[in-house]
Formats: sequence, structure tokens, C-alpha cells
Amino acid sequence: MSFRPDHELHKRRFSRNVGLGVTLVAFVALVFALTVVKVTRGDPMQGFDHTVRPEMAPAATGGTQP
Amino acid sequence: MSDVQAYPQSGEAQFGDYVALLKPRVMSLVVFTALVGLLVAPVGVHPVVGFAAILFIALGAGASGALNMWWDADIDAVMNRTKSRPVPAGKVQSGEALGFGLALSGIAVVMLALSANLFAAGLLAFTIFFYAVVYSMWLKRSTPQNIVIGGAAGAFPPMIGWAVATGGVSVESALMFGLIFMWTPPHFWALALFMKEDYHKAGVPMLTVTHGRAETRRQILIYTVLLAPVSIWAALTTIGGPFTLAVAVVLNAVFLKGAYDIWKRPEPVAEADKYAVEKSFFKFSLLYLFVHFAAFLVEALLKAYGLGGWA
Repeated sequence: MSFRPDHELHKRRFSRNVGLGVTLVAFVALVFALTVVKVTRGDPMQGFDHTVRPEMAPAATGGTQP
Repeated sequence: MSDVQAYPQSGEAQFGDYVALLKPRVMSLVVFTALVGLLVAPVGVHPVVGFAAILFIALGAGASGALNMWWDADIDAVMNRTKSRPVPAGKVQSGEALGFGLALSGIAVVMLALSANLFAAGLLAFTIFFYAVVYSMWLKRSTPQNIVIGGAAGAFPPMIGWAVATGGVSVESALMFGLIFMWTPPHFWALALFMKEDYHKAGVPMLTVTHGRAETRRQILIYTVLLAPVSIWAALTTIGGPFTLAVAVVLNAVFLKGAYDIWKRPEPVAEADKYAVEKSFFKFSLLYLFVHFAAFLVEALLKAYGLGGWA
């Protein structure tokens, strides 16, 4: 079984396609690395999720307690 | 403008042609000054976040370069220095350069907001707008002050770097801005003195074309004199120290001497020695900015070992 030879167009676009591919892979790797850093550093990530969570309430400042 | 003019098509655009649209040489200066702005800031940044921030600042600067090449393709085609750029050379179509610039601008600003903060991203967006619209579309072709005000666009990167770390601006970041802002006119006007045919042919109202060469020489001296106090003041702030001050004094002394020599030279003498003084002043201007920012960086390193800074 033989493959058809590459069209001349594919040869011309080869460097462009490889360049774009490498750029996209690098971009994905960077976003992944950023995500890992932001998650492990504990940047604020909790939000309201329809369940009361007292630990999320802002700390009471002053006021009188019974 | 560029969209009504057709440029000869010479084959398919290669990856390198798109890279050339980003003005890699300008980008290298942006990367360096933004990196210094980020590293000398009093707040530390995680290396990955710092790397990403610098990358997206550079990408934003590159995007504004692509927009500039789209808009200025007609004058780039006339000037020797710029006629081999991708659009006038026919390698990348004008509309493609526009789309590329706009898309990368959006990606750079959004990604800087996500990786660093909104303030830094806002500054980057403003810088792109300033360079592409205020400088390229408006000032460059309408006033000989184009270089002065347009220089602000190149002065923002250290301020953005500082904002990535601190989330705001300060005297120090404003002085780093001021340093590049005051440095730009003598740098470019020295270039305009020895590349005179280029700007004349393109009809760009460079100071050399509108006010004559003697006035340009005088303006180079004026801006170099005004640059010195900004540089010394920056060396006296928290990003400076004795080392930076010593470097700043030497750099400004040499730069002032060069500007004085340019001012004193009559045009026939300059023409006779093929603008040797102007060319060496231009080369030194590049060294001036690089060494000055490197000094801030060295000072920050010394401080880490308890040596530098104004204790």
C-alpha cells in the first residue's frame, strides 16, 4: 500500500503548522502551570454553592455577645 | 491608508513572518524593562506568574507592533529601513496583520488579567491603544512631536511590570516611566539625523524635516539635559542606591557630552564624516538604557545580600 505524495501546499505550510503547534502546546503548558501555582498557593477559590458554610462568613468585628 | 493599497504577494507567509510582525527587537527591550520593573518591586511574585506576566506584556507589545505595521504599511514600503517588513514585502496581507494584531492584543490583556491582576492588564490595554491609535494613527503623521508623545508607549512596560507585583503605581515606577520617556526623543532624533532620506521620502513629519537639522540637534541636547535629573532622582529612590547613583552619574555625563557634541556640530562637518558622532550617540543611547535598568537590577540583588540600597 502506498501513500499519496504530499501536495506542494503541505510542504510550503509545514513550518507554519509546526510553529503554530509548538506555540499552542506551550500555551497549554503555561496555563496548566499557572493553574497549579494558583491552586497550590491557595488563592481565594471558594464561592457560594447553595449550602450555608459558617467558615465563609466574614469574621465578626466587635459587637456584644450574650 | 494600508487597506486600499495592494502589496505584491511573494509566496506563502512563513511562521517567521508572523514573528517579524511582532517587532522582536522592540519586544526584547520591552521584556527587559518590564522584567526589571517586576523584579525591583518591593513585593515578590511567584516565578511562574512572573514568567507568564512578562510573556503576556511582551505579546501585548508585539501585538501593537503588528497593528503599527498594518497601519503604516504604505510608509514602510517607502523607507529603506522598513521596506522589507512582512506587509510591504508582500509576505503577509494587510488584513491578516490587522487580525493578528487585534487577536493577540485581546489574548495578551485577558491572560495578563488572569495571571497577574486587572490593574496591570488595564495598563497593558492602554499601552496598546496608545501605541496603535494615539501614536501610529494620530500623532506620527501629524506632528513633529510624534516621537516625544509616542515615546510614552515604550515607557509603560516597567510600570506594568511593577503593577504586576504591587497592583498599583508609585514614584519609583513613574520614574522608570520618565526615564524611558525622556530618553526616547534623543535616541530617535539621533537616528533621524543620519537616516534623513528615509523620513523625508515617507513624508513623516520628523523634527529634522519640519524644523531643520540644527533645531533637531538643539532638541536632542534639551531632552538629554532633562533626562539627567529623572535618572538621578530614580537612583535616589528605593529602587536605587549608591551603585545605581554612580552608574547614573557616569551614564548621564557621557550622554550629555555626546548631546553637546551633536549640538555643536555644523551639518557639513557631520556630512563629511558620515555622521560618526550621531551614530555613536545612537549606539550609546541603547547602551544607556540597558545599563541603567541593569543597575536597578544589580541594586535589587545587592539588597538581597544586605549590601545595596539606601539603608
